Amino acid sequence: MLNIIHMTVNGKEEEVAVDVRECLTDTLRDRLGLTSVKKGCEVGECGACTVLIDGKAVNSCCYLSVWADGHSILTVEGLKGPNGELSPIQTAFIEEAAVQCGFCTPGLILTAVEIVGTNRSYTREELRKLISGHLCRCTGYENILNAVERAVAENLAAQK
Amino acid sequence: MYDIATYVQAGCVADAVAALAADPSAMPIAGGTDVLIQTREGRHAGCSLVSLHGLEELRTIRMEEDGTLVIGSGCTFSEITASALLQSTVPILCWAVDQVGSPQIRNMGTIGGNVCNGVTSADSACSLMVLNAVMELQGPEGRRLAPIAQWYTGPGKTVRRHEEVLVSVRIAKADYEKFGGHYIKYGKREAMEISTLGCAVSVKLDAGKKTVDDLRIAFGVAAPTPIRCPKTEALAKGRTADAALVREIGRSVLTEINPRDSWRASRAFRLQIAKEISRRAFLQAVQFAGGDCNA
Amino acid sequence: MAIGQSVLRVDARDKVTGAAKYTADLEPRDYFVAKIVRSTIASGLVKAIHVEDALAVPGVVKILTCFDVPDRQFPTPGHPWSVEKAHQDVSDRKLLNQRVRFYGDEIAAIVARDNVAAGRAGRLIQVEYEEYEPYVTVDQAMAPGARAVHAEKPGNILAHSGFRLGETAYEEAVASEPDLVTLDKTYRVQSVQHCHIELPNSFAWQADGKMNVVSSTQIPHIVRRVIGQATGLPWGSIRVIKPYIGGGFGNKQDVLYEPLNVWLSLQVGGRPVKLEISREETLHCTRVRHAMDFHISAAVRRDGTLVARKCLANSNQGGYASHGHAIVANAINSFKQLYRDEKALECEANTVYTNISVGGAMRGYGIPQGDFATECLAEDLAAAIGMDPLEFRLKNCMQPGYEDPHTHIKFNSYGLYDAIQKGREAIRWDELRARYRNQTGPIRRGVGMAIFCYKTGVYPISLETASCRMVLHQDGSVQVQMGATEIGQGADTVFSQMTAQATGISLDKIHISTVQDTDITPFDTGAYASRQTYVSGMAVKKTGASFKKKVLDYAGYALGYPVENLDIKDSQIIDTITGEALRSLADLAVEAFYSLDRSQHITAEETSHCKINTFASGCCFAEVEVDIPLGKVKVLNIVNVHDSGTLINPQLAAAQVHGGMSMGLGYALSEELLFDAKARPLNPNLLDYKLPTAMDTPDLQAAFVEVPDPTGPYGNKALGEPPAIPVGPAVRNAVLHATGVAVDALPLDPQKLAAHFQAAGLIEE
Repeated sequence: MLNIIHMTVNGKEEEVAVDVRECLTDTLRDRLGLTSVKKGCEVGECGACTVLIDGKAVNSCCYLSVWADGHSILTVEGLKGPNGELSPIQTAFIEEAAVQCGFCTPGLILTAVEIVGTNRSYTREELRKLISGHLCRCTGYENILNAVERAVAENLAAQK
Repeated sequence: MYDIATYVQAGCVADAVAALAADPSAMPIAGGTDVLIQTREGRHAGCSLVSLHGLEELRTIRMEEDGTLVIGSGCTFSEITASALLQSTVPILCWAVDQVGSPQIRNMGTIGGNVCNGVTSADSACSLMVLNAVMELQGPEGRRLAPIAQWYTGPGKTVRRHEEVLVSVRIAKADYEKFGGHYIKYGKREAMEISTLGCAVSVKLDAGKKTVDDLRIAFGVAAPTPIRCPKTEALAKGRTADAALVREIGRSVLTEINPRDSWRASRAFRLQIAKEISRRAFLQAVQFAGGDCNA
Repeated sequence: MAIGQSVLRVDARDKVTGAAKYTADLEPRDYFVAKIVRSTIASGLVKAIHVEDALAVPGVVKILTCFDVPDRQFPTPGHPWSVEKAHQDVSDRKLLNQRVRFYGDEIAAIVARDNVAAGRAGRLIQVEYEEYEPYVTVDQAMAPGARAVHAEKPGNILAHSGFRLGETAYEEAVASEPDLVTLDKTYRVQSVQHCHIELPNSFAWQADGKMNVVSSTQIPHIVRRVIGQATGLPWGSIRVIKPYIGGGFGNKQDVLYEPLNVWLSLQVGGRPVKLEISREETLHCTRVRHAMDFHISAAVRRDGTLVARKCLANSNQGGYASHGHAIVANAINSFKQLYRDEKALECEANTVYTNISVGGAMRGYGIPQGDFATECLAEDLAAAIGMDPLEFRLKNCMQPGYEDPHTHIKFNSYGLYDAIQKGREAIRWDELRARYRNQTGPIRRGVGMAIFCYKTGVYPISLETASCRMVLHQDGSVQVQMGATEIGQGADTVFSQMTAQATGISLDKIHISTVQDTDITPFDTGAYASRQTYVSGMAVKKTGASFKKKVLDYAGYALGYPVENLDIKDSQIIDTITGEALRSLADLAVEAFYSLDRSQHITAEETSHCKINTFASGCCFAEVEVDIPLGKVKVLNIVNVHDSGTLINPQLAAAQVHGGMSMGLGYALSEELLFDAKARPLNPNLLDYKLPTAMDTPDLQAAFVEVPDPTGPYGNKALGEPPAIPVGPAVRNAVLHATGVAVDALPLDPQKLAAHFQAAGLIEE
């Protein structure tokens, strides 16, 4: 049962045949090769499969691919600039040592993209709530919060 | 891949009603955060799905002329929390649905799914109970209304008939205007949590902000379905909102709830929590209503 | 100097861009999926498995059961193999088992075209069992007449060990003085799971005359050996590839499913077979940290001198041996290695087979359990004589120069006193102990602490060996190949820093292979025991010296210079007398490769057989706020101070500490794998198993006292596991300070706390 869907993935129009039983994690990984979208629980509890759909973070494991028809998807593969330059959020994650095993990292970076994109500032407690849909076992979230805080601040400074 | 036998994407609510009527085994799916998970674990393996996902007609948030709020069943939790209209009229509901799961789940899950799955732990349920919400259903014969007091018929069961689709949740002006309300979700974690016990309190004070004109208390996970506490509500009416009343409320709700013993929490522990969070929710609700129990 | 610099992780760019490939990202196109059929009882015997209906499901390729597997038992722990039979790991399981020993035991496997077909088949398989009474606790399994979980171990005690220190027995010591204060306590810790975010996946196929397996493992070379032991294949015909790993924490220091995966591939003619283990399976069917009970008696003099202690520890092994007794044996070492008993110390430990999830290695290898016992005890003894618990520790804890009387492991560097002092200041111990003394009301605060020590690697209990290879590239950069594994902890980055230090080659000219391939990368036993920076670091240092010598020998030839006057600095060949740069390593490399006169590919490879060990130590201080009526603990402030020698990379060291503290907080407050009376797991998913979220985690402070360790390759010693150790008891002791209530079992979850507070009369009606 394949359905043809059209979606924008990382800024590029894609026409993809998907099984109606398929979740977006599988489509992005297996049909489009976007393996940054990780599987950690398949039930929306760990956040490793997070992608942005029309700018909003969702768990792609509990999202049927057919629903993505007509929507815009972002994964971390879409964050780099044309010459491979990293986005400020990616740089913040690297420089703040927010990356360890790296398995939760792509999802967290995408949530950070959503947060930074609101163009407002947040307290550390607010940021804790905003990233609470991502489980990380390596970092205790400490440096991840530092990276997100920094990315938020840099973005606001750049707006001025 | 999910073990889904058939899948129909409805183009409108009438479509969905027809598809459900045509297939006695079909289930509606909206946000997917419950149905897909249960499909994966085998409970609904081989299911037939009728998708309401993305139906624009279910995504309204508006106020009717008489002040009635209409919240489309397809609104996500984060849309409800972000709604300026709802923040200014029913902040308790905005706050309550902001406790669901995680930010990602709140971007996906819908209020319709939250009430249609009929579970006692649903985070929106207690608030909708104290707001006397009314469910608007559409079936083959047209639309009908079901007050939330009659909505839940047992664990995981509601009055929604198989072929009906929940269209909206309605809240009358008299049920929110001049009320202060607060919801406390008690869970072991501060996020990504299913409620161990939930308590919503909505209170209306007199003009002097001293006396309780109206009180509504609802609990989730304190019984097989979300429940109100009518005896406690009655005893508070006309009473001064003070520390003595706070204590009495905590004691009184224990006579009205019936939580169960489970591995997630014992009955004794849930009773202790109920006593405490009903008091704290009442204190906060009184503050939101303009009063102060400690004054 | 590359050592001591907070250089950025060498793999961070790959990880933030999605370029880093983990096991599941590499799967071949034409694979079958395998799904394990698991027992729905915890103890019994499989009498028959009916697969006819399941085989009829379209897409099902083959179903194999416990009646089909080779009659071979094999061990699973990631230990170096012992060439002495008496010290070999326990071989107590087959690829699929007819005797069911825990709920979810592997009894059959389905090979199918996709997971939907495999799932449907799984629901159609009918199993007939002879069911036995399952044992959830060690007391049940040790009761007279209990059925043996393994026929080889009637009585269910897998192993027993113990030791005595001092000239008298405990009872004599206690009887020897009239005025001793004695305490009898039982401290308990629960089963918890590693919860690495990447699941333990693998895929296997036959090609190039070999069985190949890509797996998310900490120990590729050991996996190779165990696949051979489990299947009978010659070890050299097995190739194990370890790509990027999404965390392990000890669970992937076990050979989990690679042997089964290889065997399943062989059953379908060597076709690629992918074996994905779900989160639920990972939580209750892989490994857990052992639950343990510590039954303790202790005696203290009123001046605070620790006089004698006695401990019996029982460890709940679950259904299979895995790392077995080594873990509780290590746990009771906490008693002797952390405090000095003036007269007597007696410790005994049992490891007991039961029917719950299998205990294995998890960050700290018994020491988190043992430290909870010793550090609750220290607190309770101090309280019993009215002494400040910090002063009690200073008076009785291990001193500089301590040497374990049995293993002869020493504190070759010692920073424990300084660490305690640093923590004391960071948390404002003296001020807060006084301020929180006499509180009333429903919300109360307290401060608590705990100390620990931890050895570095496994010598002399086990072999410590590590190998490294350095290969010169044509541009003068170097490729470093390690048998040691990067699993998220930052190993590749610190090995790169060490290479720069050892060779003089600048950091940007160092390439490290993150993928271990047992056909290519040299031998190392893998990531565990906080060993790699120390043990494998020695291999880097040794290989670096050898590599540098070869480069300089060639430079001496090429430049016509005496070798003893040459060195490498910042990738330049320099004259050691003048400091003058004579030639770039890049130019020298081109010459070495392409010289018509003397072409040479410069490489070096060394094995470092490590025969030394050293203690790391440290402490945790926590300030908490307890909401008594709700049974909730909020950590307001927490600091770990570590004595881990010289830090190779301070920023990554701190990050490592944060993660360990978070894991310790989960252990302290919320995590517990629960079983019902039938030994069925109740909460094997991430909703019900309470891993801390960002909202449950406070800001985490990591601090260090850097005392260079003379035995470490660069002054360093253990850091990987230690951060998780002292947090549990520190939080427990802080709750005791806040409320006066001593909770002797982890986790300090709300229901347990509320019950304790109720019993203590702290909760009003």
